[in-house]
Amino acid sequence: MSSMTISQLAPFYGSRQAVKAVDMQVATQEITAIIGPSGCGKSTVLRCLNRMHETILGASATGTVLLDDEDIYAPGIDATLIRRRVGMVFQQPVAFRTRNIYENVAAGLRLQGMSRKAELDQSVEEALRSAVLWDEVKDVLSKPGTALSGGQQQRLAIARALAIKPDVLLLDEPCSALDPIATANIEELLVQLKTTLTIVIVTHSMQQAARISDQTAVFMVDTTSGNPIGELVEKSSTTNVFTNPSDPRTESYISGRVG
Amino acid sequence: MSIPKNYRWRKFVDQVMRGSTVVATGCAVIPLIAIIGYVLTLGGSALSTQFFTDVYQPPNMAQAAADGSTPAFDPNDPFAGIGVPDDGTAPADGTALESDVYAGGPVGGVLHGIIGTLIITGMGLLFALPIGIFAGIYLSEYRNERYATIVRFCCDVLSGSPSIVAGVVIYILVVIQSQQFSAIAGSLALMILMVPIVTRTTEEMLKLVPESMREAARGLGAPTWYSTFTVIIPAALPGIVTGVMLAFARGAGETAPLILTVLGSNVISTNLFAPMASLPLVAYRYTESPYPGENTLAWGAAFVLMMLVLVMNILVRVATRRRAGASR
Repeated sequence: MSSMTISQLAPFYGSRQAVKAVDMQVATQEITAIIGPSGCGKSTVLRCLNRMHETILGASATGTVLLDDEDIYAPGIDATLIRRRVGMVFQQPVAFRTRNIYENVAAGLRLQGMSRKAELDQSVEEALRSAVLWDEVKDVLSKPGTALSGGQQQRLAIARALAIKPDVLLLDEPCSALDPIATANIEELLVQLKTTLTIVIVTHSMQQAARISDQTAVFMVDTTSGNPIGELVEKSSTTNVFTNPSDPRTESYISGRVG
Repeated sequence: MSIPKNYRWRKFVDQVMRGSTVVATGCAVIPLIAIIGYVLTLGGSALSTQFFTDVYQPPNMAQAAADGSTPAFDPNDPFAGIGVPDDGTAPADGTALESDVYAGGPVGGVLHGIIGTLIITGMGLLFALPIGIFAGIYLSEYRNERYATIVRFCCDVLSGSPSIVAGVVIYILVVIQSQQFSAIAGSLALMILMVPIVTRTTEEMLKLVPESMREAARGLGAPTWYSTFTVIIPAALPGIVTGVMLAFARGAGETAPLILTVLGSNVISTNLFAPMASLPLVAYRYTESPYPGENTLAWGAAFVLMMLVLVMNILVRVATRRRAGASR
């Protein structure tokens, strides 16, 4: 479990700055939600937190992101190693085709060189239990991952991310492709996980943010300069943001007047 | 509802257009069916077990084997054993030629050609696979767009260029340099023709793997090479296999580059550094022959070659269909 300290983080696509420099603290044992209208850069900022942003052609970022007290943007830091400590779950549930359920979860473990069967078995079971998927799949571990339902596949993706024991878990709109029941399952799971994990979730749904998060960061699009650019307008406890927003833009967003 | 002006005229034009497309399709298909039918009739009649288990025998040898006589070879009598009268003249009415000349009988089989084709094409594929697959991976997974465009363009030009060019290049670079026609030279020529096919299919198939899967692998902290080999390529494998089979089929059917490189042979040879037989070369050489038996052999070789390519294509279809079913 690690905290993250984001300072002066500015993501770019080519030479275009996508989001005004962000300063933000992500605390342990809490769920931090990032909300805001489309195009405000919330996914971009999230992807900067494990250096996934730069995998897009031409994308880059400046500033510092401290994982505990280590800057993940310091020169000489290997992005792939950062991504093992800061896991990520995406909008579209991804089950690796050609791999069965077991191997889907074991993918990250094998990547790290774990090969002893007993060890793998134990870690896979542990991960599937943490993702509250074990009871549903324990008898069908050799079935292809793609045979699961969308909600199950998303929990499979979470199990895969959890298997390598990350310090932080980033989720990019993990429920937007899921039905309400699957969404409820995932939300319940995240609330359970936060006791042992730092969680940052980007969501389109303000209700979701209100239901599960402890801290909420609100991003908006600034179009005043003609060039739309995202910015962090408010970051505070979720209760504060939803009941007593300090920024008028937050207020009009959560009351449904914009976005 | 009123009938618009020109209604009948438009109906008529529609029917003319539809008719033209049907006729044009027929024109496109007829030659194909004609060729298949012709090869089937002429080549099919050559088929026997012996055709697949024997190698080529010269007409006089085949004759001797057939009637139990000693194969005649008389340096002073070039016509010995092939039934032409010793003075080399045929009876004026031509009847003796019919009965006497060893005319239509079999001249052995094409086992040497089958073996040669499999070796030459297989080895060509072996050369082409690593280059093609790695180039395809580069184009899809690692690309630097400007360099990739150049590579892609070269591939397309190469796959569209006449195959004799590959033959000439290898003839100059390998055959002349080594002073030796050889199977390996043929494989190199075929490699030149197969690489673009393998490259482009590999690239296209890898691109079909959804980006989300790459992201997911990256999100686990997998370096590109690791996710490419453990996640992306397995997912695209059936498609890549399709490309490889297509490349094999293309290589197996090539004749022109082989004429300049492997030369051909009438015996089973597995020496990679010597001339070797191959089915298209058997078909090519013996089509020109004066002996009907050898002509039949050529047709038979053409038939076997067509079947080989056909079977390959069917396998490809089956493989792709299974993939389409699996991805659902």
